[in-house]
Amino acid sequence: MSNENKKWFSLNLNRSKKTDSCGCGNNSGSCSDQKEKDGYDQIMDVPMDRRAAFKKITAGFLIGAGAVNSSCSVISGDESKEKANIEWEEYFKGNYKLMTNEEKDKTVDRLTRSYELRTGKNLSMSSKDAEEDVLFGYAFNISKCQGYMDCVNACVEENNQDRATEMQYIRIHEMDEGKGFNFEESDDNYYHEVPADGHFYMGTQCFHCDNPPCVEVCPVQATWKEKDGIVVIDYDWCIGCRYCMAACPYDGRRFNWKTPEVPEKEVNKKQHYLGNRLRKKGVMEKCTFCIQRSREGQNPACVEACPTGSRTFGNLLDPKSNIRWILDNKKVFRLKEDLGTEPKFWYYMD
Amino acid sequence: MKTLKVFRSLVKDAMLEVTHGNRAYHIWMAVLSFIMLFGMYNYSIQLDEGLSATGMTDRVSWGLYISNFTFLVGVAAAAVMLVLPAYVLKNVDFKQAVLIGEGLAVAALLMCLAFVVADMGGPARLWHMIPGIGVFNFPNSMLAWDVIVLNGYLFINITIPLYILMMRYQGKTPNPKVYIPGVFLSVFWAVGIHMVTAFLYQGLQARPFWNNALLGPRFLASAFAAGPALIIIVLAIIRKFTSFKVPDTTIKKISMIVTVAAQINLIMLISELFKEFYAPTHHSISAVYLFFGLNGKTALLPWIWTSISLNVIATIALTFHKIRNNLKILYVLCGMLFVAIWIEKGFGLIVPGFIPGPWGKIAEYTPTFVEISVTLGIWAMGAFIFTILAKTGIAVELGQRVYKKK
Repeated sequence: MSNENKKWFSLNLNRSKKTDSCGCGNNSGSCSDQKEKDGYDQIMDVPMDRRAAFKKITAGFLIGAGAVNSSCSVISGDESKEKANIEWEEYFKGNYKLMTNEEKDKTVDRLTRSYELRTGKNLSMSSKDAEEDVLFGYAFNISKCQGYMDCVNACVEENNQDRATEMQYIRIHEMDEGKGFNFEESDDNYYHEVPADGHFYMGTQCFHCDNPPCVEVCPVQATWKEKDGIVVIDYDWCIGCRYCMAACPYDGRRFNWKTPEVPEKEVNKKQHYLGNRLRKKGVMEKCTFCIQRSREGQNPACVEACPTGSRTFGNLLDPKSNIRWILDNKKVFRLKEDLGTEPKFWYYMD
Repeated sequence: MKTLKVFRSLVKDAMLEVTHGNRAYHIWMAVLSFIMLFGMYNYSIQLDEGLSATGMTDRVSWGLYISNFTFLVGVAAAAVMLVLPAYVLKNVDFKQAVLIGEGLAVAALLMCLAFVVADMGGPARLWHMIPGIGVFNFPNSMLAWDVIVLNGYLFINITIPLYILMMRYQGKTPNPKVYIPGVFLSVFWAVGIHMVTAFLYQGLQARPFWNNALLGPRFLASAFAAGPALIIIVLAIIRKFTSFKVPDTTIKKISMIVTVAAQINLIMLISELFKEFYAPTHHSISAVYLFFGLNGKTALLPWIWTSISLNVIATIALTFHKIRNNLKILYVLCGMLFVAIWIEKGFGLIVPGFIPGPWGKIAEYTPTFVEISVTLGIWAMGAFIFTILAKTGIAVELGQRVYKKK
């Protein structure tokens, strides 16, 4: 689909081209019914049964130790019982990538219910899959960006990032004019009025590479490329080894070094399982092109918030899209192309 | 059934053996226990607060834990340097050293696994890695490979000595047809664990400091210097405190291995330095940071220069037979080499890989008290396990503990 009529230059590194885009070896249907399986995948094919067995064995041990007290106790209230039950089910659920639609719905229900039990508030969580014939891409106009950082703020609010450590997916690099794209001497942590004289600005974030090194290295397949090209993370499957962080050449990934804090008032309640739902400590997260918005046909929050119009987002497979117009008519380039990562994030100048 | 009975008796005897000893032994074990408990307490803090209790950040995302892990994989792999000649070439000299070497490998591997677990953000979710119930990204992820080879190596290094000990325990001679295939396997496997661990770093195009074809071979060379150096020191201590006989020739033969490996390691170091500094490119910035500091950020300078001086002095001194054959000096040189390689293969390798970051940002890394305590705790755990294994092994080898038929 995307490989034959690509609108951009690709390095031919003798890589055997896969025809799929979701990495599971299957072009149509959901990822759970795979056709080509190696030995390990065959074992993985029955994850629910084995995990169920594992769950029961563990339950046996824990009941012996009295650790599931609250979920079996007669004294504790219904709500705390339900809470403990949800935690129990959540701990033993499988990898989202391999879940059936029914399982996806169940975990979404559990997560929304758990939030309701904790805060008394409702939220809506989607598990919408990628649409057919969609491949998302992004373009950034260096001439227009003035470094206002509205994109950064919008991103933090939209994606429920930890306020305590001020986690940000987007970095805006302030560069000296006349020195070119010199990232070493640029400043991505400035606090002064912008645009500053003699400077220009350039934003980086996750580039949603077509050949993402972070996905290759994950030991548990907790991160993968979706069919519409978005690189996502299953926050509940990630074990927190941070190998993907070391593998990313673009500083696109963030780690929750402590329990993230978002004040209840500020929580964005329109969520997606693979996107902006609340994270826990010890897991990776990153830009998802605001999957909760983009899969509903909206622009990501950064594109919407940019006051200068330097950000463009769209479907690369739609010949009438703005992003295609930019790729066709502007002299675009990508960063660190020599690494063969094939980012779907282009820069250009007017 | 009989084997099981013998094993049970062996475990019982081992329990007796490790709980009895002289005053020095009890003090040693008590100190180790205390350090372990202190480490565990600090680990509980880390579990509670998350990895923010460590000095690691989004900029330098691996630190002391992964550094020690990398180094200890080398120590574990080096046991093979003693296994091969002892079993296959029928070199009697080495036989006593082999049990000690394999015990060291087991202790080092358990430390490796402990360091990896300590580094995890979600240790409770580690079951996601177990093939069958979890999802294992094999063969794509080098970390998945590493989990397999490390556990496999652990298995080999437990079973071979266990078989030999069980035989000696019953007063029988171990059958070479049973253990020689295992020995051959472990030889290849040892090289494998170290190459795979090197590939873990080598395969990342994002980190030019690691993305270097010499990394794997250099890992091997430095491991075969540091591992046997540690074994020499351990043998010297055992010789002094137990009636276990280790002839001088054994130690001298091992010191040959150390010397050759250290020389090769030094040649590779020179080759690396030449490549980085003769025609520096963008990719040499990490090396510049490591050896000379960058923009006034110089945290690693004292460490790396200590390491290089120790390394060069020890290697040159070891090269001369006269110096090397003086055992007192040899022990000192081995200690120097061990420390030098611990620095160089530990945070001298891991930390500069992250500095400067992908966009040239220089953020330094300093381990916190919690991190250092957990690290010390894990080292104490390794020493504890090794002491137990070595004490039992020696007692069986010496015939102090034998199987009594009832």
